[in-house]
Amino acid sequence: MPAVQETIDQVRQIDVDQYKYGFETTIEVEKAPKGLSEDIIRFISAKKSEPEWMLEWRLDAYRRWLTMDEPTWARVNYPKIDFNDIYYYAAPKGTTGPKSLDEVDPELLKVYEKLGIPLKEQEMLAGVQKSKIAVDAVFDSVSVVTTFKEELKKAGVIFMSISEAIREHPDLVKKYLGTVVPTTDNYYATLNSAVFTDGSFVFVPKGVRCPMELSTYFRINEKNTGQFERTLIIAEDNAYVSYLEGCTAPQRDENQLHAAVVELIALDEAEIKYSTVQNWYPGDKHGKGGIYNFVTKRGDCRGKNSKISWTQVETGSAITWKYPSCILRGDGSRGEFYSIAVSNGHQQIDSGTKMIHLGKNTSSRIVSKGIAAGVSENTYRGQVSAHRKAENARNFTQCDSLLIGDKCGAHTVPYIEAKNSTAQFEHEATTSKISEDQLFYCLQRGIPTEAAIALIVNGFVKEVIQELPMEFAVEAQKLIGISLEGSVG
Amino acid sequence: MLEIKNLHARIAEDGTEIIRGLNLTVKAGEVAAIMGPNGSGKSTLSYILSGREDYEVTEGEILYNGENILELEASERAAKGIFLAFQYPVEIPGVATMQFLKVAMNEQRKYRGEDELTTPEFMRRVKEAAAELKIAPEMLRRPLNVGFSGGEKKRAEILQMALLEPKLCVLDETDSGLDIDALKIVADGVNALRSPDRAVIVITHYQRLLDYIVPDTVHVLYKGQVIKSGDKTLAHELEANGYADIIEAAA
Repeated sequence: MPAVQETIDQVRQIDVDQYKYGFETTIEVEKAPKGLSEDIIRFISAKKSEPEWMLEWRLDAYRRWLTMDEPTWARVNYPKIDFNDIYYYAAPKGTTGPKSLDEVDPELLKVYEKLGIPLKEQEMLAGVQKSKIAVDAVFDSVSVVTTFKEELKKAGVIFMSISEAIREHPDLVKKYLGTVVPTTDNYYATLNSAVFTDGSFVFVPKGVRCPMELSTYFRINEKNTGQFERTLIIAEDNAYVSYLEGCTAPQRDENQLHAAVVELIALDEAEIKYSTVQNWYPGDKHGKGGIYNFVTKRGDCRGKNSKISWTQVETGSAITWKYPSCILRGDGSRGEFYSIAVSNGHQQIDSGTKMIHLGKNTSSRIVSKGIAAGVSENTYRGQVSAHRKAENARNFTQCDSLLIGDKCGAHTVPYIEAKNSTAQFEHEATTSKISEDQLFYCLQRGIPTEAAIALIVNGFVKEVIQELPMEFAVEAQKLIGISLEGSVG
Repeated sequence: MLEIKNLHARIAEDGTEIIRGLNLTVKAGEVAAIMGPNGSGKSTLSYILSGREDYEVTEGEILYNGENILELEASERAAKGIFLAFQYPVEIPGVATMQFLKVAMNEQRKYRGEDELTTPEFMRRVKEAAAELKIAPEMLRRPLNVGFSGGEKKRAEILQMALLEPKLCVLDETDSGLDIDALKIVADGVNALRSPDRAVIVITHYQRLLDYIVPDTVHVLYKGQVIKSGDKTLAHELEANGYADIIEAAA
């Protein structure tokens, strides 16, 4: 073995994991007792000073959840989860909800600084940050701060934690919550409905174009604690909003659960662009630890000519089970799904989308790029369906998989169902490997192996990267490079 | 510049011996042509020089500027100035030619401890070199080698060579698949790079390319050995009489 490779390997042995966000923060927390019961749900609801109807909604979901079974159809393997061995509520002490920036515990601010999340409005205003991004920071079970609230309010946009919205805008929440993902939708969505803790609420009124990017940053810190994110985004007629979520967690030997529900509602002519850069801790190189990311995300194009676009870059989590979908209800509505799913080490990904065409002249586009390395398993699972009345439904699906090494797997499972003869659905799928020839060619030009893989992979995912907001595209490219470090050799 | 001593090498996977006691010396400023019938080990030699891992050197050494390079990674050899123009340039989908050039140039600079090129400086160099080779800016925006014609591929190889400014250039069957106009452009590109501190090894089947890139020395490779060396007249001799006589004489 050449000397340089040896050095790289030695360094790598010292620093077993390349996950850069694996640090843990010691902060005094307040937790609910371990386990799940009606009392725990009452505890969470009381902590958040929720109205009675919210508590009833949760309890109803819990009772239904008790009668349900865990889904087993996904191509993922993991030991049975003991739902009574999880903490369902953990919050930094004294934090029951978001405050103004100067009131936030400096220790917490340090965490976000370390993660590179801009929370200081002044700095952003002073031009330190290129463009303004409003951030809602969720730490374990609570939102600790939401920035640029006032400025957004002037534009008529409501951006706050969902806990706050339940107290301050109960009518809006009541009108839309659970209308896209019903309480009983699936096992994890039902569990989430019972115990959800925090997430973001966005309301963009008629005719308003949200003046800046909105984003929520999720951090799991506390041991043995599940995070149950709930996000609700509503764009009224002719409104536009672009939203981005990011997520990280400390490096731990135990698996932790993140079970989220995200609902998007787009009314007439409205557009919602939702991007995710998911970088939960993926576990170590032996497959120990990591986040179970069991997520239900769905958008409802409720109004005519509305548009919902999902873009996701998935590099983290031990297991990802996630299908951001669009219900194309309004005539002329459009759904898009752009995905990059990278799996390395022992990661397992079963992800894809559903495009459900209900209205006339609806269209959808799916571009999925799966990259598998190490001994990982990477599955695309997608459904495209046209309802009886969905005249002229159009779909184009492109699913490409790239394999690095010969111990990983890539799988494509498309379900296509057209009940209207005017539907036109196209599906293209390819699987390729980074060839020895490509690698050698790059090496011969002086590009070392890992840089060569990053270059080839970035070429492979380019179509999707272009869909990300500019500020995050570069970030995402770097992240993909880091995730694939050590994937060969 | 290059000294190959008693080199023996085989295919790593099945142990087939391809290079069997090869000796070759190429001086700085020299253009050396390597000719030989199919299967004599010409392409294998170019891969071994550039460090492809599919081959195993079992004996002998390769000295490049006095340094034994056999322990170096392919990317390190490249950064030290060894360039291989491929017979079949590889497609890199989604990676614009321009982007590939920038990454390659900067990775080599990084290895040598030099600063990255600024974008304007990089652009200036690319524009200049591309114009010399009659490469349209549009081609530089396309993914490297994807959908390129045979001539475009070879020109892209020479463009990379011009920009990376190597010390030892190995051209593997660069004339294959080229019409006469493309051949002239490529040959002009190579000739422009001839300099007293740079050596060029031209691997070819035919005399044709050597009419345009005139070699200082010609070496005949057969069964993994150099069986005859001479000046440019040797190439003409081969063109007229074929390899049979020389092979017989060496046997």
